Amino acid sequence: MKDIVKEFSGVRALDGVSLDVVRGEVHGICGENGAGKSTLMKVLSGVYPHGHFEGEIEFDGAPATFGSINDSEAAGIVIIHQELALSPYLSIAENIFLGNERATRGIIDWHETNLQAKALLDRVGLKDKVTTPVLQLGVGKQQLVEIAKALSKDVKLLILDEPTAALNDDDSAHLLDLIRGLRDEGITSIIISHKLAEIRAIADNITVIRDGHTVDDFSMKDKDNSEGRLIKSMVGRPLNNLFPPRTKNIGEEIFRVENWTAYHPVDTGRKVVDDASFFVRAGEIVGFAGLMGAGRTELAMSLFGRQYGTKISGTVKRRGETIHTRSVNEAIENGIAYVTEDRKRYGLNLIASIAANITGANLRGVSTRGVIDLHKEIAVAEKYRIALNIKTDAVTRFTGTLSGGNQQKVVLSKWLNTAPEILILDEPTRGVDVGAKYEIYGIINELAAQGKAIIVISSELPELLGLSDRVYTIAEGRITGDVPREEATQERLMKLMTVGEN
Amino acid sequence: MSEAPTLIETPEKRQTLSINVRDYALLGALVAIIVFFQVATHNKLLAPANVNNLISQNAYVVIIAIGMVMVIIAGHIDLSVGSLVAMIGAVSAIAVQHWHQPVWLAVLLAIVIGAAVGAWQGFWVAFVKVPAFIVTLAGMLIFRGLAIVFLTGGTIGGLPASYVAIGGRWVPGWLGKVGKLDTLTLVIGLVAALGYLVGQLVARRKLVAKNLPHESSAVFYTKTALVVGAILFLSYLLAKANGTPYVLILLGVLVLTYTFVLNRTVFGRHIYAMGGNRFAAMMSGVKTKWVDFFIFVNIGALAGVAAVVTTSRAGAAQSAAGTWYELDAIASVFIGGAAVSGGVGRISGAVIGALVMGVLNQGLSIMNVDSAWQQVVKGLVLLAAVAFDVINRRRSGSS
Repeated sequence: MKDIVKEFSGVRALDGVSLDVVRGEVHGICGENGAGKSTLMKVLSGVYPHGHFEGEIEFDGAPATFGSINDSEAAGIVIIHQELALSPYLSIAENIFLGNERATRGIIDWHETNLQAKALLDRVGLKDKVTTPVLQLGVGKQQLVEIAKALSKDVKLLILDEPTAALNDDDSAHLLDLIRGLRDEGITSIIISHKLAEIRAIADNITVIRDGHTVDDFSMKDKDNSEGRLIKSMVGRPLNNLFPPRTKNIGEEIFRVENWTAYHPVDTGRKVVDDASFFVRAGEIVGFAGLMGAGRTELAMSLFGRQYGTKISGTVKRRGETIHTRSVNEAIENGIAYVTEDRKRYGLNLIASIAANITGANLRGVSTRGVIDLHKEIAVAEKYRIALNIKTDAVTRFTGTLSGGNQQKVVLSKWLNTAPEILILDEPTRGVDVGAKYEIYGIINELAAQGKAIIVISSELPELLGLSDRVYTIAEGRITGDVPREEATQERLMKLMTVGEN
Repeated sequence: MSEAPTLIETPEKRQTLSINVRDYALLGALVAIIVFFQVATHNKLLAPANVNNLISQNAYVVIIAIGMVMVIIAGHIDLSVGSLVAMIGAVSAIAVQHWHQPVWLAVLLAIVIGAAVGAWQGFWVAFVKVPAFIVTLAGMLIFRGLAIVFLTGGTIGGLPASYVAIGGRWVPGWLGKVGKLDTLTLVIGLVAALGYLVGQLVARRKLVAKNLPHESSAVFYTKTALVVGAILFLSYLLAKANGTPYVLILLGVLVLTYTFVLNRTVFGRHIYAMGGNRFAAMMSGVKTKWVDFFIFVNIGALAGVAAVVTTSRAGAAQSAAGTWYELDAIASVFIGGAAVSGGVGRISGAVIGALVMGVLNQGLSIMNVDSAWQQVVKGLVLLAAVAFDVINRRRSGSS
């Protein structure tokens, strides 16, 4: 792949990326969240058809012009996405041959289907019956079914996007062994992973992508193949975000969480948050750094009214006293506010007015005996419109008409209106333009100055470094570090964020 | 979608305009349909007796549609109300005829049974999370079956006059007559028109004073004049016939009460919040399960009211009563601009939707159009109204 450029409505996700994969190798791709790894793989596999991006792809010595996934699969390129794409109620065999049925004139030959499926399962080392419905399998086995499916299409180049993100250690080890085995059979693989130890263990060559550019490319045979080199390449971005000045005024401890553990709601054997303990002081901004799937949002959501996870255990303390946060209302009453990550999914009612959204988490404040005072509601909304500079001509407008940054200010207003003492902000500047980012940082600083305890969860390390007084790092559900701002560098954080089990 | 930063820069003016277009289009369509049938039936559509019939024949749709609009805003559906009307009508008639209970108790019983059945269905929907479509489809079968069981397949007639009066009689002319017109009806009409006028003016003045978005004066005064004129004209027509039907008073009270509930109470706001974005509502502390539950209790109770009205108008409880009522109500709600995906809908819209259907029925009947063809026309109108909505929403980019 050469000089690939891909834009989304004016934003360059890929800006001249080149990638060179040799036949028969395992090629690792590393990069931060949003660096462009997944986009690149979608270009390669024809999800974004030829002509919708700039640059050239050459496969097997010939230029490739894939118009769709079908074209790339016909050429022997198969991508296995992070979110597995199996049909849960169909059997293993049916899934393997979905869209590629063993049939003559539309009539399926079940004998042949099951026989070939069995042979493929043997190759990937899965011992389950081919007639087992996929929903009865764990994620690790489903991953193997996906690979079997790829093998059934005579795959030459297998792309795996974060294949071990949801797997436990045994399943991960098995998967990596399998990939090595396939390499020996001559199948080329590309692996995208956040787990640096794992990448270094399996890859022959590694490419690092950052902000849509290829920034590093080396072989594991090279002299300098260290984890340090990887991390440096991944985060080597300059701190070019501007942060408003702030006067620090840190007081006593307000919020403390001890031994917080939560399990996956469906896969109840899997710990998603593992014995997390942390604290926040009044007026302090504490950052939470972790890669995608590390458990940051899950930690926040399980704390906030147990909106995520099962078998939750641990203690929450506010000013030294144990409090309960078993429901959202209980959490709100105890002074906790959670500004959710995906504002369109969890934060806003886009078809309601700005005012209705702002008062949405504290209707009690604008009503008496269950009757809303609409004028008071508008007055409250107006207060926040002015304080947070929400750009609209009237708070009775639909929230969906606002830009991303202004929508985010509406969510912030909603939670400030609950008069919280502890604010958890999950990706507060995602999808927000630079100007609005600066404003939101200013609001966060102002809130800290008022003595609120603030937790900022973010995928952007420069943002955390610019904003926080302290940064906790999370990896695989565990808190792996507690770094004061003075000691925090992107390299150090990235190292703590990527320490695996080994 | 969520990957690339999406900055929705829809011009705000267009958004408001498209919403307004929707409201006025609906009102305009109703006026157009009335004018069309008035001409096509040689002025028979708005003859006093026909207007009186229009109200009493369609009262049940409005009553159920009020409950249905709340169910639909929350993102559910209720298919059981028609069967429920038959079953509750049966019990209420049995209470009067066989158990010799007073009429007021029979009415109360109807509402209580309705609420209890609503609680039953609400339990399955809200707490067990069985889709409302399935729960109420089951209810549709169960309650129709029970209605037949209770009436042992037949009917219970000969209900006392005071029971029959609820759905079929008029408020007596206590104030005498002006010429040939019932004075009380005129007074009621005048008070209603005045109340509407003052309410609108006060609300508008507040909007203007606070510099919030409001309709242009031309639109506002045209609309207000039209509604005031319609109320006065209606009261004139009714005064010319038999006076004010009891059900009209009932409808007025219900429409005002529930408009207040939806627009002004925390409960109403929670319904909209839940329908617009259930996750966001949950994360804001809305007790979504209980809201779901009470929405079904409410439509059950309203089905009880509709059962009393229907039974009293027919003068008898019949096991086939209420057939297709749920579909009439659902159609009214959607013609009235509710969104299938939830979060959007208004009582006023549902009432106008019910009127559109009612006028179509009445007009086509007067023209002697076969009832089979009436159904075809009603179906096409429903499809056209919702298609208009969908296209309109897509164009304004808010779907």
